[in-house]
Amino acid sequence: MQTKRAMILVSNDPESVRLGANELIQHLTEALIAYDLQDEVEISPLSNVGVSNILPLVAVYPEATVYGPVKAEDARFLVEEHLYKGRIANDLLAPPKHLSGNIGWLRAHKGYNPAEQRIVLERAGRIDPENIEEFIAENGYQALGKALTETTPEQVIETIEKSGLQGRGGAGFPTGRKWKFVRMAKGEKKYIICNADESEPGTFKDRIVLEGDPHTILEAMAIAGYALGADEGYIYIRGEYGLAYRRLQHAIEQAEEYGFLGKDIFETGFNFHIHLHTGAGAYVCGEETALIESIEGKRGEPRARPPYPVTHGLWNKPTLVNNVETLANIPAIIRNGAEWYRSFGTPSSPGTKVYTIMGNVNFTGVIEVPMGITLREVINIYAKGMKPGSILRMAQTGGSSGSIIPASLQDTPMDFESFRKAGVSLGSGALLICDQNTCIVDLVKVLLQFFRFESCGKCTPCRVGTQRAYEIVARISQGQGRLEDLDTLISLGQEMERAANCGLGQTAAVPIRDMLKHFRTETEAHILLGSCPAGKCEMLPEVEHV
Amino acid sequence: MIARTIERDVSAIVQEAVEKHGAKRDALIPILSDVNKALGYIPAEAFQEVQKQLNAEEEHTYVSKSQLFGLASFYDMLSTKPRGRHVVKFCENAPCHVVGGKSVWDTLSDRLDLKNGETTADKKWTLVTTSCLGLCSVGPVVLIDDDLYGNVTPDQIDEILARYE
Repeated sequence: MQTKRAMILVSNDPESVRLGANELIQHLTEALIAYDLQDEVEISPLSNVGVSNILPLVAVYPEATVYGPVKAEDARFLVEEHLYKGRIANDLLAPPKHLSGNIGWLRAHKGYNPAEQRIVLERAGRIDPENIEEFIAENGYQALGKALTETTPEQVIETIEKSGLQGRGGAGFPTGRKWKFVRMAKGEKKYIICNADESEPGTFKDRIVLEGDPHTILEAMAIAGYALGADEGYIYIRGEYGLAYRRLQHAIEQAEEYGFLGKDIFETGFNFHIHLHTGAGAYVCGEETALIESIEGKRGEPRARPPYPVTHGLWNKPTLVNNVETLANIPAIIRNGAEWYRSFGTPSSPGTKVYTIMGNVNFTGVIEVPMGITLREVINIYAKGMKPGSILRMAQTGGSSGSIIPASLQDTPMDFESFRKAGVSLGSGALLICDQNTCIVDLVKVLLQFFRFESCGKCTPCRVGTQRAYEIVARISQGQGRLEDLDTLISLGQEMERAANCGLGQTAAVPIRDMLKHFRTETEAHILLGSCPAGKCEMLPEVEHV
Repeated sequence: MIARTIERDVSAIVQEAVEKHGAKRDALIPILSDVNKALGYIPAEAFQEVQKQLNAEEEHTYVSKSQLFGLASFYDMLSTKPRGRHVVKFCENAPCHVVGGKSVWDTLSDRLDLKNGETTADKKWTLVTTSCLGLCSVGPVVLIDDDLYGNVTPDQIDEILARYE
């Protein structure tokens, strides 16, 4: 596969098909061949475009030009003008319309960069994060004012619930419901915790928010405090994030000075204080009960659940724990309403998702796009294709505890529901794109090394399981494995999933499962042939097989 | 003589940390982090000192030595062993690995003549692997003290190491 320079998306919903979308795709394909562009340009269907008056619709990336309606006989003209001559085919352009919700509608901005839909990262990179007045000028603390003076706590929770926001830390639990649980929990004293212990390998979206827009987290926590009846909050930030820590500290001081935190906020009698707490290097502290233990000054060993933190959290009081990205959505939802939020993403997964892109692609970094776009779109549009000479072999979604998917699954829409159906985890939104030089066994070995290192050691299935799994996979990677090892790995993985105390041990075996589900041939080649198809693993010389 | 100097330093450093974060159980991790930052590791005297200062009668808390050691051994950024003047941390996680991390590690290990966790005899270098530092878009990543190096290739290692006294 060559690096693609452009991508054509063609709507193929039933209405578009009725109006000739299939013929259009056929004609576009022929036109590309006629101009010898078939290796440079990719055609991909776009199932849901959310409009009806301009179908069939064609979007050409990276410029994000939207054409419609396009008839089959226009195909050659479009390819000639836009892709061969490189200019916009004006006659075919779709009428301008307010953009919302779907990738087909996101126009390019800043020249070459493909369009994004920024809610979480709305201000990051645009304002001076150390100047509260720039934040205020960009609607900052407006949502807090609105919540405190115009709505009741119940209405705030109702809005969040209606928005359909799901936790962005990895599990995707409905945020509104979690808020309700804490609201209903008995007890005078409650806590709000922001989980900023972003340690999932390949994830740095929260760092971008904390460094670029720290006030938005403070605002969201204060809103949560008002809605849930809490007057104290903690931000648990990982020890490695020094800059983010300093910016948060500065932001808290400024917010207190301006009266957005502290006593009698907006003269409503509502008090809210935020403490900053740093971790000291432990992946497992991203697990909410381990995080709570760590704030209490103990080793970050996850608690047995139930009871859950919503009733028995910090100091055994009802506690809300939300991820940074989840919280960063809150002020925008309060300002613009639940309906507005639902206009982005898919019906079952509203809103946007921040993805971190890395690996063997031309652009690595962070993007925010509506839920439901596909990995193919991310690679070809946002990552600007695979590196020269690289072919997509596999991708890891959601960090170490996420999934490893083969290239054949790249058209699965990335939203909680579609991924769940495909048995894939969206996790934290990390997208590690790997080419043909990546060996699955080697990759899984690296992941298991991570898990055995980060296992807290409290429960046996995880402490021993990660170690044994690592040993077996390391052996396979040296050409010393046996076929029985694969069965052992499967049963070991199942036991860990069933018996481990927390998410770390439960998901540690996911890479093994994916390896054997999608890449069994490569794995068996290590065992039966004593060779690594990707040429990555260093085989020990003496290979003896029975 | 030297031992006494260290003792006094440790006591002063702990006192400063305790005053900053409070003599509370939930301040233990920040206190130990500060001590670690000041001395490069947490010596046994520091545990005694923290105990002494936190277990004062008026504070109504009790922390045991095992609790303190438990914390120091659990958290990766805390060390109970002396480290070199410069600590080289190499990210060994998957995102750095797939873009050529292993060859960077091999070169580091070769140039410093150290294995993971070891310190040179002259106490100049300590080499350790670390989990993800959240800089995955510029992997492979190497962290030396507080200086970050991204997109590191094996042929840059000599030049990077030469920057440190």
